[in-house]
Amino acid sequence: MEILALLSGGLIEALEPINLLLIVIGVTLGLFIGMMPGLGSVNGVAILLPITFLVPPASAIIFLAAIYYGAMYGGAISSITLGIPGASTAVATTFDGRPLALKGKASLALVTAAVASFVGGTVSIILFTMFAPMLASVALSFGSPEIFALMLLAFATFVGLGGDDIPKTILSICLGLVFAAVGFDEISGAPRLVFFDISGFLHGINFLVLAIGVYGIGEMLWTIDTTRGKITQTEAKISAKGVANDTKESFTKGWKGMSIGSFLGFFVGILPAAGATPGSLMAYGISKLTSRNPDSYGKGNPDGVAAPEAANNSASTGSMLPMLTLGIPGSPTTAILLGGMVIWGLTPGPRLFTDEPAFVWGLIGSFYVSNLFALLINLSFIPLFIWMLRMPFTILAPMIFVLSIVGGYAATNDMHDVWLMIGFGLSAFFLRKFDYPLAPAVLAIVLGPIAEPTLRQSLLLSSGDFSIFFTRPIAGPITIIAIILILLPLFKLIKDKLVGGKTRDA
Amino acid sequence: MRRGEFITAGILAVLAIYMMWKSTELEVGYIRGEGPGGGAWPFWLSGIMLICTVLIAINAARRTSPPSQSDEPLLDAEGRKMILQVFGGIFVFVALVGIISMYGAMLVFLFYYLWFLGRHSLRLSLIISIATPVVFFFFFEALMRVTLPKGMKFTEPFYNWLNTLIY
Repeated sequence: MEILALLSGGLIEALEPINLLLIVIGVTLGLFIGMMPGLGSVNGVAILLPITFLVPPASAIIFLAAIYYGAMYGGAISSITLGIPGASTAVATTFDGRPLALKGKASLALVTAAVASFVGGTVSIILFTMFAPMLASVALSFGSPEIFALMLLAFATFVGLGGDDIPKTILSICLGLVFAAVGFDEISGAPRLVFFDISGFLHGINFLVLAIGVYGIGEMLWTIDTTRGKITQTEAKISAKGVANDTKESFTKGWKGMSIGSFLGFFVGILPAAGATPGSLMAYGISKLTSRNPDSYGKGNPDGVAAPEAANNSASTGSMLPMLTLGIPGSPTTAILLGGMVIWGLTPGPRLFTDEPAFVWGLIGSFYVSNLFALLINLSFIPLFIWMLRMPFTILAPMIFVLSIVGGYAATNDMHDVWLMIGFGLSAFFLRKFDYPLAPAVLAIVLGPIAEPTLRQSLLLSSGDFSIFFTRPIAGPITIIAIILILLPLFKLIKDKLVGGKTRDA
Repeated sequence: MRRGEFITAGILAVLAIYMMWKSTELEVGYIRGEGPGGGAWPFWLSGIMLICTVLIAINAARRTSPPSQSDEPLLDAEGRKMILQVFGGIFVFVALVGIISMYGAMLVFLFYYLWFLGRHSLRLSLIISIATPVVFFFFFEALMRVTLPKGMKFTEPFYNWLNTLIY
């Protein structure tokens, strides 16, 4: 009951005129930043952080958290209408969101994404409010072997459940992981994999360079080639009644994805260094695994939109949990928020709840309000997004190329990366022609910088003994599940051979 | 397509071998007291890549993968023309950034695509290709405070004048 009293105090603070205004501006800005390929919540929060020193700390963090929320909603918009994830957190949304849009059901996909985001956000905020201290202590006990086991699980879902050619999927994962290793070896500090000794590789390959290359340039070339410039125009009519129907349909067809995403996303989000991207991909994988109709995934299943969208919003709230209670950021964006809190003169950690209750509960109250406004603003802008789809492809395509190139530059401020990006784009176009899945490479380049150090630290702990991943109480079961998932296609192959052999005998 | 499947696997195999060789510049084994060396992670992953390319080639030889069953050419004449015109345009766009600035290159690329490739009216092509860089300029330079490349020296007076508007 004490929690309820604190929460209502927080809600009242979040509804103060200045905070409410900042929530509306923040959410709207976040939606646009999330939508822009190349600009994610990290860029938005980092660039806008300095201007928030004009307002009190509680209002400042409410504003930045609203941007974070809005960006989680916004990423889905470009995933669905353009087929390019607006942020890495929305990569999984393209898998089914894009096919739905191509089928002329863009409005259903957008409404499902918005509703799922709202459900995921709301569920995780309630979980956050209730279980904050308990869950934080669980995540605190996680060491390197547990985190690496989780990374392994994320990749295993692709191999076991991707449904693509297995050697090509594994190759794609390895390619992404090796690209992530380019630059410097973080432990010894030595330059590593500086291809052809070109100095541009010294700062590594930013994941956005690969992601925009693949999803911006490569995807567009592929679309232009397969449709010969004539893309099927979606004839989605948007009306208040239509949105109401889509909302109903999104619940009946996507409730399972939403529930999986909401809970899984929250759990993955609170883990330091995991966050919304693996959370959304894992939610997609598990939703597909437990589906009665896994073949419909990738072809426009509303569950495939609902699961990652619920998960990324849920995870973004989850990642605030270790930041507020332990002072450990759960994602790059919360790392910047944490930096801001220090500048505002607050000490993150368990004492924050007792020393600054107004700040903490004002922020938690703002989560509820921001989430509601993000849903309302998102839904009311849907006609604008549908309008974007109706644009002739010869107008949309050059715009996407321009956005991609500007986004690729804005990510690292280096023309070397822009050249690399268009190179990746052309390669992605040809690889796609030969059925190489490229999403695993994009996930791998994001997770590589987490996976490698945790593996090395684990093996250092165990003096090179791999059994450390099996004998620890939390890491063990996760590793075993991951291995089963990797071997799943092999079991299937053996089963098919056995069944095939029997029918031949008969 | 079948020949392409072999060629692609071959190129990726060469890439994997190159990355394995490049990884050996650092220690790929286990260093006592320090854990696995800096080259170990990329070395073994590139090794797995190499094994995958062999499996892909075997699948192609046995004609079990869809591309190896297809007799269609990788790109027909129209496809080749498309790649040349569209990707060529992107290539020139990026090359122009260093000369006439990101905004100038954007204008030229948009006009080329809209007017020449898209066959839109001259008026629409001009409106979009001029309005886009202007909107981008105010969003990136004024609102987000991100500076995009300004090209060679001769664009300086123009951007100095624009900067007086936003700062």
